[in-house]
Amino acid sequence: MEGNPITQLAAIDYAIMAVYFVTVLGVGMALKRAMRTSTDFFLAGKALPAWVTGLAFISANLGAQEVIGMGASGAKYGIATSHFYWVGAIPAMVFVGLFMMPFYYGSRARSVPEYLKLRFDEKTRTLNAATFAVMTIFSSGISMYAMGKLFHLLLGWSFNTSVLASAAIVLAYITLGGLTSAIYNEVLQFFLIVFGFAPLVFLGLRSVGGWGGLITKLNAAAVSNGLPADAYTNAWRGLSNSANNPIGVEWFGLVMGLGFVLSFGYWCTDFLVVQRAMAADSMRAARRTPLIAAFPKMFFPFLVILPGMIALALTLGHGAGMGGGMIPAKLGATGAPLIDTAGRAVLDYDLATPMMLVKLFPSGMLGLGLTALLASFMSGMAGNVTAFNTVWTYDLYQSHIRSGESDEHYLRMGRVATVGGILLSIAAAYVAGSFNNIMDLLQLVFAFVNAPLFATFALGMFWKRTTGHAAFTGLLAGTIGAAVHHGLTLPMGASAGVKGGYFGVIHVYRSELAQTFWTAIVAWTTCFVVTILVSLRTRPREERELEGLVYSLTPKPKGGEEDFPWYRRPVSLAMVVMVLVIGLNLFFL
Amino acid sequence: MSAPEGLDIRAPIGGLFTVLGGMLAGYGLFASGRSGSPQLTSGANVNLWWGLVMLVFGIALLFMARASRS
Repeated sequence: MEGNPITQLAAIDYAIMAVYFVTVLGVGMALKRAMRTSTDFFLAGKALPAWVTGLAFISANLGAQEVIGMGASGAKYGIATSHFYWVGAIPAMVFVGLFMMPFYYGSRARSVPEYLKLRFDEKTRTLNAATFAVMTIFSSGISMYAMGKLFHLLLGWSFNTSVLASAAIVLAYITLGGLTSAIYNEVLQFFLIVFGFAPLVFLGLRSVGGWGGLITKLNAAAVSNGLPADAYTNAWRGLSNSANNPIGVEWFGLVMGLGFVLSFGYWCTDFLVVQRAMAADSMRAARRTPLIAAFPKMFFPFLVILPGMIALALTLGHGAGMGGGMIPAKLGATGAPLIDTAGRAVLDYDLATPMMLVKLFPSGMLGLGLTALLASFMSGMAGNVTAFNTVWTYDLYQSHIRSGESDEHYLRMGRVATVGGILLSIAAAYVAGSFNNIMDLLQLVFAFVNAPLFATFALGMFWKRTTGHAAFTGLLAGTIGAAVHHGLTLPMGASAGVKGGYFGVIHVYRSELAQTFWTAIVAWTTCFVVTILVSLRTRPREERELEGLVYSLTPKPKGGEEDFPWYRRPVSLAMVVMVLVIGLNLFFL
Repeated sequence: MSAPEGLDIRAPIGGLFTVLGGMLAGYGLFASGRSGSPQLTSGANVNLWWGLVMLVFGIALLFMARASRS
């Protein structure tokens, strides 16, 4: 899309970005001395305190898809977007901290795929490692693509320059400081997002007449879109029927698909986040990592979803996206705004949050807000690249290409893999595109690959009878199940192709997300059933080989926890998290 | 609480926020003059007051990093 950039930056804005880049590179340089072994490089020497790994745990997930995608979803679905947090993240984060971290941190595994090798066999590990490696490259590429496109549109920066420059900076700080560098930058980015977006929410609420004004405007918006008046402002009330809420899903699909399958599949098995916890300095710190992360995570909706909702309120009644409102209309190939069947302009939701920054912030604050966005894009890449280089080196290179080399050899390989990972991400960035909402696309990918995974891990960790052949077959069956379900269904209004329906259409969902959630449910169930059936027909491993890998065969973490204050004990911390998140759901019922 | 090789993460973050806070507050105080302020949010000198908040946060982190070192 050519044309004039939406805004121009002042010198102060560029100065703020420059200070940030200097800090990022400085941190990388300062850490270079500390990278002596592969454990330093890939697992931050297992020496970081829990609050650092905790903030990195959520920040690693706070890439482009979160900040822009959640703002987009906020404008599309309203407060119900918080389900991605309160249903679709917190319970799984509590579960991984309490029940799964002992096996990740306590076993000899250096990565999630390596746990699968220890628990099951080589082929299961390789299947997981290979799909994971592809997914990290893909995600990192999407992050770069979104950044290049956005900064071109907003500021007129060249797409090539922003992609290549950001790739060069990420490359520099990871090759210098490894995972520690990535984690430190994630913590830095966490604070930048908080400080960059809190005033945006404040100014935004002020401009729509406060919380009450926002509710009034969004209720009017819901009615004009043919939904019940409270559809954008209540999270649960419309969920009894998929026709009554903007997500287009009913409560069962949401709770099971998003809250159970997708969420547990991501937070409990995705090495990108688990790696942060594995970098902690003790078992207790590792278990507390996701629990500490849960506190800011449950309040992020106010920071990243509210700007989208405010943008929607500022769009309606201003020409509904015909140029006057906050969210611009999506433009067709001819450059004219796209119009839907009801005669309304199709809004470009991905621009909701960026437009809020541009239209609400003066020079200075705008520099800060855009720096926070840049940081989140870059750590989106960095998080994926650090997970990629570890899985590549330990799970693919060391186990299949060259084993038995010196530690220095693998440290060097880690640096080479970082360069390779970034080059592949750049390639992926140029391939990415074409979906309306980045979040929908990522969820779709997660559904095929990650959804069956949690069934494998849950059975592996909690049922000692599960066998390697069963895990492998189950994973394949689950992924095929996902593809078959996706191929037999379509979201409303879509035609057969990338959106599904390629095997014929037996069911039409009200939205793409509803289809994604049900695809995940099918994948998980298929994997679960197939794994159990095959396990019963294959020979289990000796029980003594499974100590430290399976719940019933692992000594419980010994007592002595009572000596610590509640906020240092995983179990009591988890209870506080659950009470708070239930309270939030009730408040926004 | 010290990380490998003594680089306490609070030091660089504190440093960054101190510098950025100072820049924003200074800009809000002397330079911006509200001319560049978008019409939706006119009337508030966001740069000044938010710069000050960031400055305080940055200095607090620097102190914490210093205190844990000694």
